[in-house]
Amino acid sequence: MTTETIIWLLPLPPLLAFFLIVLFTNKHKAFSHSLAVGAAGLSWLGSMLVFVRALGVHEFGKEVFESAINWLPTGSTWLKIGVLIDPLSAATLFFVAWTVLMIFVYSVGYHNFGQPAGDHDRPGLPPHGATVEEHGHKHVVPSIEPMYSRFFAFIGLFACGMYTLVVSDNLLTLFVGWEIMGLCSYLLIGFWYGKESARNAAIKAFMTTRVGDVFMLLGIAFLYSATGTLSFREIFRPEVLHALATTATPFFGLSAAGFIGLLLFIGTVGKSAQWPLHVWLPDAMEGPTPVSAMIHAATMVSAGVYMVIRMFPLISAGWEPGMPLNPTMSIIAFIGAFTALFAATIAVAQNDIKRVLAYSTISQLGYMIAALGVGAYVAAAFHLITHAFFKALLFLGSGSVIHGMEHGVLHTGDHSIDPQNMFNMGGLRKKMPITFWTFLIGGLALSGFPVLTAGFWSKDEILADAFGHGHWAVFATLATAAFLTAFYTMRQITLTFLGEPRTKEAEHAQETPWTMTLPLVILAVFAIGYGWVGIPEHFPLIGGILPNWFHEFIGGTLFEVPEAVPFSVWPLLTSLGVALGGLFIGWLVYRKVKSPKQDFLQIPVLKNKWYFDEAYNFLFVRPAYWVSETFTYMFMDRAIIDGILHTFGRVALWLGSFLRNYFDKPVINEFIADGTGNIVKKAGSSLRRIQVGRIQSYMLVSLVVVVLFAVLYYFLIGGV
Amino acid sequence: MSIPLSWFLVLSAALFSIGLFGVLARKNAIAILLGVELMLNAVNINLVAFWRYLDPAQMAGQVFAVIVFAVAAAEVAVGLALIISVYRRRKTVVADEVDLMKW
Repeated sequence: MTTETIIWLLPLPPLLAFFLIVLFTNKHKAFSHSLAVGAAGLSWLGSMLVFVRALGVHEFGKEVFESAINWLPTGSTWLKIGVLIDPLSAATLFFVAWTVLMIFVYSVGYHNFGQPAGDHDRPGLPPHGATVEEHGHKHVVPSIEPMYSRFFAFIGLFACGMYTLVVSDNLLTLFVGWEIMGLCSYLLIGFWYGKESARNAAIKAFMTTRVGDVFMLLGIAFLYSATGTLSFREIFRPEVLHALATTATPFFGLSAAGFIGLLLFIGTVGKSAQWPLHVWLPDAMEGPTPVSAMIHAATMVSAGVYMVIRMFPLISAGWEPGMPLNPTMSIIAFIGAFTALFAATIAVAQNDIKRVLAYSTISQLGYMIAALGVGAYVAAAFHLITHAFFKALLFLGSGSVIHGMEHGVLHTGDHSIDPQNMFNMGGLRKKMPITFWTFLIGGLALSGFPVLTAGFWSKDEILADAFGHGHWAVFATLATAAFLTAFYTMRQITLTFLGEPRTKEAEHAQETPWTMTLPLVILAVFAIGYGWVGIPEHFPLIGGILPNWFHEFIGGTLFEVPEAVPFSVWPLLTSLGVALGGLFIGWLVYRKVKSPKQDFLQIPVLKNKWYFDEAYNFLFVRPAYWVSETFTYMFMDRAIIDGILHTFGRVALWLGSFLRNYFDKPVINEFIADGTGNIVKKAGSSLRRIQVGRIQSYMLVSLVVVVLFAVLYYFLIGGV
Repeated sequence: MSIPLSWFLVLSAALFSIGLFGVLARKNAIAILLGVELMLNAVNINLVAFWRYLDPAQMAGQVFAVIVFAVAAAEVAVGLALIISVYRRRKTVVADEVDLMKW
């Protein structure tokens, strides 16, 4: 089978799994997860095949796998859609395939396959445990998720959306995949729809990303009207880019390329939860943990960054390394760096294990976007991929921890203990060793622990790029954020795993089944190893042993491979300092902290996320409700529109009764109908009096008539 | 010949009118029948006069008059039978009182 055919088919297995589960296997849990995992496995196999073949192509980047068909007729031309695997999408396909498959396998264990149905579990609410009797002794075990198949259907559809986005060669199908994932994000965040917080979070996520999507669609429309095409290879031709970069728009003095880039970037701000559209991602932790891992770590938010990396030639049109940044890039760099620091400050004050990771995700996405803003194309892509691995690992690990804690909660029966609150944990390294070691690896990767973890290599490259091109503000912001990252990560690890259990529930935690720990181990391998494919050439001691394969490979996506930034010791030292320093200080501070009261970082403004939710509620949500409930419903709909309709009704009724009483009854009924009858009646009763019954009268009458006829005959007709 | 035809015709017309008057104006049903008889006889005179003065050789005129006699006789018989039947039922022979077929 040709590579292009395989690429076309990659989004198909998960989509088929979705339809088959929805239509046929909803009641059969084993069939459903087999379909879903099998489909993910098929797409994984296809992706690996494509990736290996891509590796084998010489000068991949100039030579790509592409295939397009004519789709929409537009006058004398066609809008084409198709697939494209160039180095960027090949690398993305690699990590998407692995993370999706790992998360699908993990979900089987997470939703407690094989366990009995719960005592009072209802679809729409999280499962709460089943009482089983073993040797005369009752205890509560975790129960299977009632909506098991539905989950696999939704993540199947989601995976289809992501694959569509990655393989597409044009903005239109990319947007289709983008929106499919937006929909599935809504469905999955609100998976436990019985909880009001989940419903609200789902709506919030959808609405917020919608804001971004509207601007992105405007950008796509503008791009199409300016160039007549949406295919990447056609837009990124030098002459098209040059034309776009030199056309002015009436907006803020931006060129067409800059303005389109900005509009598309706003889509990413929404999708990848950058400030100011970051508010949906922490609330999205209402969804089950595999959802958080997939959507909000490995794939969907990565899609936003992928898109902006993909559109880098457009955003940087007219810019060369060494020049000052053009306005769009400056905005991107600012938002990225700001978000990185902003989210990190909030993360240090969160107590829910998933919230810390949520804000961490926002922060790391800010890193990637800041990198792109300063022109560090390869570094941004590198961090995207390593982040996907270790963040998915961390989320899945947190899910494992939560499962372990829930086991303890079921054991003690005390449901007031929140299994997600880190202050209720402690000492879990002894109870859940595999989870501990993999989580530690993930956390060290996130912090940028030197050499051994992938996160170090990608983060270091971003810092080096920012430093090397003289973007001091971005460098300083990112370095500070790196310090905070290491700090809150170590805080998280210390509170969760180290020390002694702080609650009885933590004492009764136990390790999770192989379906959950195996993906953790596999992802940990990548979290360590993936960094070694991108070691800069001039790195002290180790540089040069392995070629910097990643830089050449991804750099080949662009028209010219970007030059690697010359090595400088300062960013390396900074990076080492903040990472190791943050980890050490975090450990030092938090090994003594046993409760939130002892945590000096529980500052209200940080805990309450800088009050952005409240601000948005006041500025946008309440006015929106007012417009819909009061203005539109009361004024427009009930008063005005219904008023008009009621008036029409009243006029019609009046007209009807008028016609009835003044025309129908008197004229038609009385005059015409009754009148005719009356005339006939009267004529009849008058004329009948001729019938007297006496012969002689009849004979007299007939004599008169005969004489009359005779006279008439004589005078009129003539004759004798 | 000696008496002009017109005298016979005038006689016949006068008799006919008297008979017609009698039919229209007499109360008694039998008197009405008398009037009818008079009209029939007047007609007979008319017929015979025309026969004698216009074409005496033709026998049809005489035959016609004999038939009229026969018919008149039959008709009187039927009429009287009807009057007797009505009398038995209504106890009256006054024509004006037999007026049941009216409005």
